[in-house]
Parts: sequence; C-alpha cells; structure tokens
Amino acid sequence: MQGYSDVNKLKKYVSFFRLRFVMGLQYRTAAFAGIATQFAWGFMEITVFHAFNNTDPAAFPMGFGQLASYVWMQQAFLALFMTWFMENEIFDSIMDGNICYELCRPIDIYDMWFARSVANRSSRALLRCVPILLVAFLLPEPYGMMLPKDFNAFGCFLISTMLAMTVTISMCMLVYMLSFFTVSPQGLRLIFSMTAEILQGIVIPIPFFPPRVRQILELLPFASMENVPLRIYSGHISGGEAAKAMLLQIFWILVLIAIGKLICRRAMKKVTVQGG
Amino acid sequence: MIVMKNIRKTYRVARRNAGFGEAVKSFFHRDYETVTALDNVSFAIQDGETVGYIGPNGAGKSTTIKILSGILTPDSGECLVDGRTPWKNRIEHVAKIGVVFGQRSQLWWDVPVADSFELLKDIYSIPPETYRRNKDELTELLDLGEILKTPARQLSLGQRMRCELAASLLHSPDILFLDEPTIGLDAVSKIAVREFIVKLNQERKTTVILTTHDMQDIEAITKRIILIGKGRILLDGGVSDISGNGNIDHTVAELYRSYEI
Repeated sequence: MQGYSDVNKLKKYVSFFRLRFVMGLQYRTAAFAGIATQFAWGFMEITVFHAFNNTDPAAFPMGFGQLASYVWMQQAFLALFMTWFMENEIFDSIMDGNICYELCRPIDIYDMWFARSVANRSSRALLRCVPILLVAFLLPEPYGMMLPKDFNAFGCFLISTMLAMTVTISMCMLVYMLSFFTVSPQGLRLIFSMTAEILQGIVIPIPFFPPRVRQILELLPFASMENVPLRIYSGHISGGEAAKAMLLQIFWILVLIAIGKLICRRAMKKVTVQGG
Repeated sequence: MIVMKNIRKTYRVARRNAGFGEAVKSFFHRDYETVTALDNVSFAIQDGETVGYIGPNGAGKSTTIKILSGILTPDSGECLVDGRTPWKNRIEHVAKIGVVFGQRSQLWWDVPVADSFELLKDIYSIPPETYRRNKDELTELLDLGEILKTPARQLSLGQRMRCELAASLLHSPDILFLDEPTIGLDAVSKIAVREFIVKLNQERKTTVILTTHDMQDIEAITKRIILIGKGRILLDGGVSDISGNGNIDHTVAELYRSYEI
C-alpha cells in the first residue's frame, strides 16, 4: 500500500511535468527568436575572445577551441542554466493572489514549482539546442564545436548538466520563496540574476578570473551551475577534478533545497493572499 | 462537520497620507495599523447543509473561506473540518474539499480544459473509474461537451465558470466552498450554476458553503444564512426566517443598516 501511494505521489509531479513540457513546446515563435539571439550572441562572444587571444595567446587560460565549445554549448543550453530565466507566472501568482488555487491542492508547493521549472527549462532547451548545435558543429576550427574527448567525458557532461540544472533551479526557488516576504519581487530578482551572471561564468568563463578570485568562486554554488558541465565538455577539466566538481554540485543541491524548503515552510505560515 | 471556534485573524496594513512628503517620510518610518479581519468567529455547520455566508465587502467572508480551505493560518482559535485542522494538515485536508474562487481561475490558460482535468486527476490521485464517472456526469450536468476541447483562454466567463465548478468536483469532495461563483455571469449562466449546485447538494449530499453578494443565489441555493460584518458574526439563521415574505435584497440592505456595517 505504501508503495502504491508513493507511486501516486510521484505521478502527480510527473503529470505536472508533462503538461508543462507540452505547453513549452507550443511556443514556436519564442523559440525562433531565441535561436536567432543566441546565434548573434555566440558569434559576438567568440569574436571578442578571438581578439583577446590574438593580442596575447599566452595569457589565454583555455585553448581557443575549448572556449568556442564552451560558448556554443552555453548558447545551446541557455534555458537550462540562466538564472534570469525565472517564471513570471509564479511571481504573478504570488503577487496577485492566484496562489490560493495552488495552495488548495494536495501537493507540496516547493515540489510542484520545482517540477514545473524542470519541465519549462528542459522543453525550451530541447526546442532551441538542435539548430544551434548543428551550425556550431559545421563551423570551421577553432571557431566551432569540438566533439567530446571520449565517451567518459560525454557521460560526465550529461550527468553534470542535470546536476547544474538542478542547482540553478534550487537557486531560483530561493528567489521564488523569498518573494512571499516582499511586495514586489523585481529587486530581488535583478540583484540575484546580475550577481549570478558574473559569478556563474556567463559573462566570462571562470578560468579567466585572477587565480585568487577564481579559487573562491569555484567553491560558491554559482560555479556549480553551467561552469562545471561546459568545462567538462570542452575538456578543460576531467578525471578527478571533474568528479570533485560534481560532488560539489551535489553538495550545493542538498544545501539549497534544504534552505528553500525551510523558507517555504515559513512562508506558508505567514502567507497573506493579496487582492481579496 | 465544520466547527470554527473563536477564530481571529488580523492583517498589518501600512498606511500613509497622499503626497510626496508623506511618501518620503514613510520610507524611513512606516506606520502600521492592525486590521482585524475576523474577530472571534464561531459557528458550526453539519454535513449536507447549504450555507450562505454573506456580508458587505471587506467583512471577512473570503478570509473565512481561505482559513477553512487551509490557505491562511489564523492568529488564534480552533477550527476542525471533519476532524482536521486545515492549516496543520493542509495536504490531507485539501484532498477532501473543493474550492471555487469566482474571481480567479484554476484552469491552465493555454491548453484545452480537458488537459487541466487530466492534470487534476493525477494531482488528486483520483482512481480512473471514479474519474471517468465524475467527468461524464459533470459534463452532462453542466453541458460541457465541446467546451472541454477548447483552451481556457477562449471560453466565455459563463463557460469558464461551469468548467471551474466541474474542475473542483472531479475528486468527489465532501465539502464545496464557493467564493462568489456567480460574479459577472449572465442570467442564463447564473441559473445554470444555481441549479447545478442545488442538484449536487441533493444527490451527493455535498456540504456547500457559499459567499455571494447576489441574494438570489442565496434564495435559490441555501437554507441557512450566516451574516458577517466587521469581522464578527452578526446573525445565523434560516433563510426563510430572515427574508420573511418581502424582497430579500431589501431585507438584507435593512440588516446591513441596522448593524451599521
């Protein structure tokens, strides 16, 4: 009986995931626009780093090919890792009080929003990654994508991508939960995504930071997002180093989810439904 | 059975006068005022009753419904719904109740209504057999047929409200809370909704608690009225005792005046 009810519990979230996933796939125009933006952005970044590399190749902390792979992977899987990719519907439901319908369902708010975020991010990434990856593979060396070094590296990349998405979502969950305590979530959201964008290695990859700063950054949860899978894929880290980075990802997932659930519990106690 | 005993709920509201100077002042020092939404509210409702919960805007009706449906936690007091404290056993509690908020929507905006129903089936873990029976029955009673295939955003308000009612009854709840279910509906839709609720109460013995400003809803659906004003229960009695033979709208307006609410 216990087993049966556990299956049912899981089914709620799976079903939620499915509906959200299918919904995500239906926004085609958004996907086209996204792909165009990501191409433009990717080319721009590669051009800038190319100029940098030409000036002083010795000061370049990654191989240029590695960097190109890093940038293209980043653009292809943007939807998985960007912290600004948060859901307006969740913020709206907190602000305008529509959350009362979600609160009268036999389902945990934290888990439900988590499932929803996973669905949203993966459906968007799935829609966008194929054309970007295709073109990036066709580009001449060293501007295009390289294949992963071996099967092992590719496996590690897949696992750490999942972990990275989970870290990203559990971070965003903190912002959702904290919005229960503020009138408007905009400020919180902006500060958070700006900080994350730099510390996560989106603006410039973490290896480009000065060694001291880099050592600290690599321990922060922000570095456990896209930094790990992209560097594993490009071959910048591997073996024991990769394993260590993935363990750190798991550590941050556990910590962030624990904190998120704690805030969620407190928020539920003091929730006031706005707008009558 | 629903029992509410000495429930109190207050909100903190930041208040200031209009103007730039006042806005700057409130940036540094904010005056909070405590507004009492519910002040020692107590009542009991038996299984299978139909109760109209009325009162002017801001009287505390929605707050009561939200406490009963486990959304809000009161400051103090006790509340038992079929032996459960809503805000303590929220998940267990909400699995057995249905709620409709007339001013909000529970349907997924961009997908056909039927998809929303399928999701609710899994969220409430409704056995397939029960789900099919309930869905067929509700489809027929509320005349939903083709509507189920339409995305929620393209429904008229009346169609949507019928779907909302069906959505909150798929899991055969014992208690149904309706917060202004007929708001904004045309005459035909209003009558359809009312007749449906009456039938639901007669056939399934579902306890119905209804808040509304439409006194015809009350006359058509409920047998008992609880009048709340400024967070206190002012009156609790049979609809016929209160309305007598006169026009119920006038009677209620008279009541509001006599209680100065």
